[in-house]
Amino acid sequence: MRPFEYTRASDVAEAGRLTGRFIAGGTNLLDLMKLEVETPAKLVDITRLPLRDIEATDDGGLRIGALVSNSDLAADSRIRNDYEVLSRAVLAGASGQLRNKATTGGNLLQRTRCGYFYETSQPCNKRDPGSGCGAIGGFNRIHAILGVSEHCIATHPSDMAVAMRALDAKVETQKADGSTRILALDDFYRLPGDTPDVENALEAGELITGVRLPKPVSGSHRYRKVRDRASYAFALISVAAVVRMDGGTIADARLALGGMAPMPWRDTAVEKALIGQEPSMATFEKAADILLADAKGQGENDFKIPLARRTLKAVLADATKGA
Amino acid sequence: MKLTINEVEHDLDIDTRTSLLDVCRDHLGLTGSKKGCDHGQCGACTMLVNGRRINSCLTLAVMHEGDVITTIEGLGNPDDLHPMQEAFLHHDGFQCGYCTPGQIVSAVGMLSEVADGWPSHVSADVKNGTSLSGDEIRERMSGNICRCSAYPNIVDAIETASAKMKETA
Ligand SMILES: Cc1cc2nc3c(=O)[nH]c(=O)nc-3n(C[C@H](O)[C@H](O)[C@H](O)COP(=O)(O)OP(=O)(O)OC[C@H]3O[C@@H](n4cnc5c(N)ncnc54)[C@H](O)[C@@H]3O)c2cc1C
Ligand code: SF4
Ligand code: FES
Ligand code: FES
Repeated sequence: MRPFEYTRASDVAEAGRLTGRFIAGGTNLLDLMKLEVETPAKLVDITRLPLRDIEATDDGGLRIGALVSNSDLAADSRIRNDYEVLSRAVLAGASGQLRNKATTGGNLLQRTRCGYFYETSQPCNKRDPGSGCGAIGGFNRIHAILGVSEHCIATHPSDMAVAMRALDAKVETQKADGSTRILALDDFYRLPGDTPDVENALEAGELITGVRLPKPVSGSHRYRKVRDRASYAFALISVAAVVRMDGGTIADARLALGGMAPMPWRDTAVEKALIGQEPSMATFEKAADILLADAKGQGENDFKIPLARRTLKAVLADATKGA
Repeated sequence: MKLTINEVEHDLDIDTRTSLLDVCRDHLGLTGSKKGCDHGQCGACTMLVNGRRINSCLTLAVMHEGDVITTIEGLGNPDDLHPMQEAFLHHDGFQCGYCTPGQIVSAVGMLSEVADGWPSHVSADVKNGTSLSGDEIRERMSGNICRCSAYPNIVDAIETASAKMKETA
């Protein structure tokens, strides 16, 4: 690991002015610093900032502080009762030890698990812009099938963010100059295009202060994660769904997918194709056709296209049954 | 900087890069916690920080000033074993023993999470807590890898210790 200077931020307003890399749970950043994939000259420890609460908002939703641990988030009774999909998604990720340390802000910003990104002797446009992409034409079993570019095909590995995307969560930030803004997740994350090193809208010194959830969405909440082992493994494909039935038809459907793309993936055309329909395999097939119309395999990850289709159909069948 | 480990306060002068695990093993002679992977993937380094289990290899010692840290040495010693240590011995919850300190500390942390009503990935109902079954133990302990695959006996040991700890609580 490269040497670095260490400072502790003591108030939120000051944090961004300390001009260093924020460290929260450290479970992703330190992993990458040990490999010298990340080489910050200065770390700003934000763990003492008062961002550990989950509070009610005026519009009937919740505000999750950036430092709320993944464990505390998943165990919170309001999240378990009103946003079950989020609790389920968080519990499907990492291990008990890691979730105790991992924070809400850090989880959103965790970096890809692409093997070339992790291996500094290999080309990688995300780690070293302009060096090429080792995964295209290389080992790419875990890589993306949607939203990629000729410069990068990496996935975003978070489970939590997938559920948040389905729930229309918004990220609350504070810039170094003290001004604040609120960004929907689809404006927060960036597709790779020709700058795969830029993964989100954050500016230098901009601190995530929290995540806002709108008021609870009723319906069946599901999170289905398909992975190589039953626990403690990243998603090959995951589906977060909140589906509400009215009589025999689908009244509302919110769907986001993980393991598929450089950011948690949501396609409202898929949801539109479901709303107002009676649940049937034919309807679910049509939804999957829309979702996967532009999907493209890279060789080793071709299996993700039929896997995404089957997982989506299974989740929809489960979420609409007996309603 | 000062660190409080197993109720003893230590004065340390260390490089900012030092992990909590390395401080214990290399600076304080507390070699019970093991280093398996150094990347959060195996659980051999599990410690309790303010009562919660974490991977001590993925955190910096400097970040833990003022925290209450417990390692395997702080749970019990050969003359005065913690019920979890006793149960691992009784059930032969190990072969080579390398993962064992991490398993034991993790299991102690896990039981307090269950006592606090935390759900898990395998809980059928996340809304209303669950009881501790074999499946729940396996899921909740998945962050501790055992290369000797002593898993069946580890699960038995945790069940026994859990029952004993409830009796004496
Ligand atoms: C073995 C292993 C298995 C895992 N499995 C899974 C899994 O199955 N599913 C899953 O979703 N995740 C998994 N993870 C990843 C884990 O969820 C992340 O490491 C964790 O969520 C990161 O949070 P953190 O607080 O530790 O972030 P840190 O490591 O502290 O920070 C990560 C990044 O975010 C920045 N940052 C942190 N907080 C803020 C803030 N408030 N404002 C601005 N920037 C900030 C940091 O500068 C850094 O760039 C796994 C990790 C490991 C090591
Ligand atoms: S897929 Fe992205 S992260 Fe992986 S090697 Fe290519 S550029 Fe790097
Ligand atoms: S040594 Fe810390 S998890 Fe493996
Ligand atoms: S007993 Fe050998 S690794 Fe678990």
